[in-house]
Amino acid sequence: MTNGYDILIIGGGPAGLAAAIAARDAGCASILVVERDCELGGILNQCIHNGFGLITFDEELTGPEYAARFEELARAGGIDFMLDTMVIDISADKVVTAVSRTSGMVRIRAKAIILAMGCRERPRGSLNIPGYRPAGIYSAGTAQRLVNIEGFMPGREVVILGSGDIGLIMARRMTLEGAHVACVAELMPYSGGLKRNIVQCLDDFGIPLLLSHTVVRIEGKKRVEAVIIAEVDGRGKPIPGTETAYPCDTLLLSVGLIPENELSLSAGIGLSPVTRGPVVNEVLETSVEGIFAAGNVLHVHDLVDYVSQEAAAAGRNAAAYARGVLAGSAGAVPLTAEDGIRYTVPQTIDPVRMPEELIVRFRVDNVYEDRSVSVYFDGKRMQHRKRSILAPGEMEQVKLKKGDLVASPDLKEIVFKLEEA
Amino acid sequence: MEQIHLTCIRCPRGCQLDVKIEGGGVLSVVGNACKRGETYAQAEATNPLRVATSSVPVTGSKLARMVSVKTAGDIPKAKVLEAVESLRGVTVEAPIAIGDVIVRDAAGTGVDFIATRRA
Amino acid sequence: MDAFDVVIIGAGVSGAACARELSKRKLRIGVLEREEDVCCGTSKANSAIVHAGFDAEPGTLMAELDVRGVELMGGLCADLDVDLDNIGSLVVCTAEEDLPKLEELLARGRKNGVEPLTIIYGDELRALEPNIADGARAALWAPSACIVNPFQLTWALAENARVNGVEFFFNTEVIGIAQDDGLWTISTTRGGFAARAVVNAAGVYADALHNMVSADTLEIIPRRGQYLVLDTAAGRHVSHTVFQLPTKYGKGVLVTPTTAGNLLVGPTAEDIADKEATDTTAAGLAEVLAKSVLSVKDIPFHETITSFSGLRAHRKEHDFLIGELPDAPGFVDCAAIESPGLTAAPAIGEMVAGIVDGILGPEMRGDFVPARRGIPAVEWACDEDWEALIAEDAAYGHVVCRCRKVTEAQIVAAIRSPLGARSLDGIKRRTEACMGRCQAGFCTSKIMDILDRELADLAYAEITKAGPGSELLVGRDKELGGGGLL
Repeated sequence: MTNGYDILIIGGGPAGLAAAIAARDAGCASILVVERDCELGGILNQCIHNGFGLITFDEELTGPEYAARFEELARAGGIDFMLDTMVIDISADKVVTAVSRTSGMVRIRAKAIILAMGCRERPRGSLNIPGYRPAGIYSAGTAQRLVNIEGFMPGREVVILGSGDIGLIMARRMTLEGAHVACVAELMPYSGGLKRNIVQCLDDFGIPLLLSHTVVRIEGKKRVEAVIIAEVDGRGKPIPGTETAYPCDTLLLSVGLIPENELSLSAGIGLSPVTRGPVVNEVLETSVEGIFAAGNVLHVHDLVDYVSQEAAAAGRNAAAYARGVLAGSAGAVPLTAEDGIRYTVPQTIDPVRMPEELIVRFRVDNVYEDRSVSVYFDGKRMQHRKRSILAPGEMEQVKLKKGDLVASPDLKEIVFKLEEA
Repeated sequence: MEQIHLTCIRCPRGCQLDVKIEGGGVLSVVGNACKRGETYAQAEATNPLRVATSSVPVTGSKLARMVSVKTAGDIPKAKVLEAVESLRGVTVEAPIAIGDVIVRDAAGTGVDFIATRRA
Repeated sequence: MDAFDVVIIGAGVSGAACARELSKRKLRIGVLEREEDVCCGTSKANSAIVHAGFDAEPGTLMAELDVRGVELMGGLCADLDVDLDNIGSLVVCTAEEDLPKLEELLARGRKNGVEPLTIIYGDELRALEPNIADGARAALWAPSACIVNPFQLTWALAENARVNGVEFFFNTEVIGIAQDDGLWTISTTRGGFAARAVVNAAGVYADALHNMVSADTLEIIPRRGQYLVLDTAAGRHVSHTVFQLPTKYGKGVLVTPTTAGNLLVGPTAEDIADKEATDTTAAGLAEVLAKSVLSVKDIPFHETITSFSGLRAHRKEHDFLIGELPDAPGFVDCAAIESPGLTAAPAIGEMVAGIVDGILGPEMRGDFVPARRGIPAVEWACDEDWEALIAEDAAYGHVVCRCRKVTEAQIVAAIRSPLGARSLDGIKRRTEACMGRCQAGFCTSKIMDILDRELADLAYAEITKAGPGSELLVGRDKELGGGGLL
């Protein structure tokens, strides 16, 4: 067993780096970041487009630049790094087992662990798209890596299924690098990505967005030769007779991200079936005491700036836990998502232990115009904030004040719901 | 007078802007939540601007095969494709630092392509 | 023209089993395969079951070779280091009125010599398999049934044959066969081959080859089977291979763990005309979903990671066709090897070798190498074993495929071994990299790097998914000459 650390962070992407910096700045002097790749920054390194950091730095940076700023802060001292190292197990008593080419298998004990492993893309197979299994079907992120990191084009004539942000970004990247993108098909009647990306990635290049459409068949045995796209009805079922063949050599998929929590399961951490990330309390602590989570491993974010904010909170909380000054929880009030709201993070709040102001993040289940986000404390409406538009592709947040919770004795439940404005 | 509808792309919020134009000039912008929206609408209605990003091969680096690049500032939207095409055949040699100029005056815009990662 | 004693056409599990068995003899043997690798047809897309042997009609070749295959399989998998799990099988009966059919199956199994074999009911069945459907009345329990890794089995047989001198020719499709003066000449897309004996192990194309040399024509009907594969998170949903009582279309839909720890659900049984139609269909996948719930409840289909389809080489008589053709001496059919062909493969190899012995009368060799070692996998290894592997080779510490925990050392071994992998799918079948929940999303470019590094004759941009025509890339950034169709 290697000498222990106060805090061990799994993942050196935006969440892991922000958590490490915040933990150090909160006074923790013993921090290790374990990263599976050969460099820090995670997926940001392949996100070479701009648009990152407006909230954090008040300027538009590219992914690698945003990562570099955090790396520079993290490298300023007080934090150890293990690169090219894959964590293979986390035990409930917070021993992390990892392997690497240079160090072999190592076991490291930590007082606190922060999960920052990110997420993965949903593959074609999970969609049951009928047809052959030829070359030329890539998740958008895989194509992004091939184009931006390796410098090679995975296709010439491209159809994209799913209007998640990576798919939209790749529509532009493929076009700029010499391919032709025939269309982006989206099963839902609304886009899964940010509005700005529809404008600057599709509209700028005349790439059609086919809402309420999906791929119903993939042709081509060795390499993709065509995909068949059909319109879908209100329940997402293809409408017979609406099929159109799109000759192409490439199908990119941007059909959703899934928090990568196989390691969390090995530690016995409870997951939410909605977010597919750990269930956490007001200090972003999972069901296993002293193990915290932040970033896309916790729930899929739309903006990296929010990942950094959330991870910084996890870093501060883990530092307090490692120092023994994070008070034990006196009791948790559950947060319930209803009527258009899919989930909240955190899922429980201890009013005594929460900070003066706590950000609760959530997503809605459909596109809504002119609704209010309401917060009820045991049936009493505490907040009622009008939003002109709410969409599933965008993460929302409300702030809860400690004072309000403390002033509500015997609080049993906090309900989040959408209501008429 | 002409009225156009725009989605602001200056931040992820994506404000829906109604812009009144007359004689090539912007008369008014409604729907923006911040000052950036007005600037965006002014430009978008008259001379739309974008930052172009791409990557170019790098030799002699242990860190990377490609160096990501961006135009150091906005360039005309109509020049984006040409600017990226101007990188064809460009290869750089390590070491490269963030901010290093990769190609000067991209596609005659007066704006340089600069590195956005080290290599 | 290269002259062989025996040319085997087809490098599926039957061809590979024949090759390995024949390599015990002093013969020059060649295997011709139209695909880029072994195990590219029916052998890679089936239920991966070692059937206990109760299903085949007594007296058929199928029944005989199934039971003999079971006898041989354990020793063979031990010799060749192939994953084989003796998990047992259940044939579930969901309707009271079908119970006699279960009894019939029991009787048939006893006639075929399958032991032990017993019918279990209600609570006993549910105790054995808690997720069995609520409607299940009884099941035929065959504890001797196993699951096997079909990729490993085919590859191991072929590799062992290679080590024992058999020559393999890939991307080599047979286009004509003729006999002249007792010698067969085989024209292929890669030149001619001469042979004293030919073994036709060409799967769904065995009829085309057969009909080139015989007036007594053969028809092989591709019978398509579609499957769903669920992530390892669902791999323990059942602990036995759960069949449904056979229908006139075959064994029906099964639900089974695989040796790789996944859950496999399928297949359909559709007789089709197109021998290339290994595509899945919306109707087929829907049928798998609908039928599977008859025998197993609460299958977590949200854990589905991929679907595939395979073609069984069916013929109307529904029996294997193995033998020298009376009107084409020296030409040996190894045809219509549908289920339980994987189970029977070791016995098929034995039988075909016996037939070739009758034709050529070869001597046995004294230096046959019977065993080989597979690539040690770390996914299910205990920490101590993994550490020992890292101590041997540091590349065992570099995890390339995070979902299936496949290390660089395993991928390199898959490339460098005899009959090594040259494509992404070749790596996948040998190591299980790319077979996990991200379905190659993260490891594609990493594996391409390793292929590029290890194979001097293969440039990065030429790397394929599964051989020529399935190139993964089309060129460098900015060098496609603008957008446009192909």
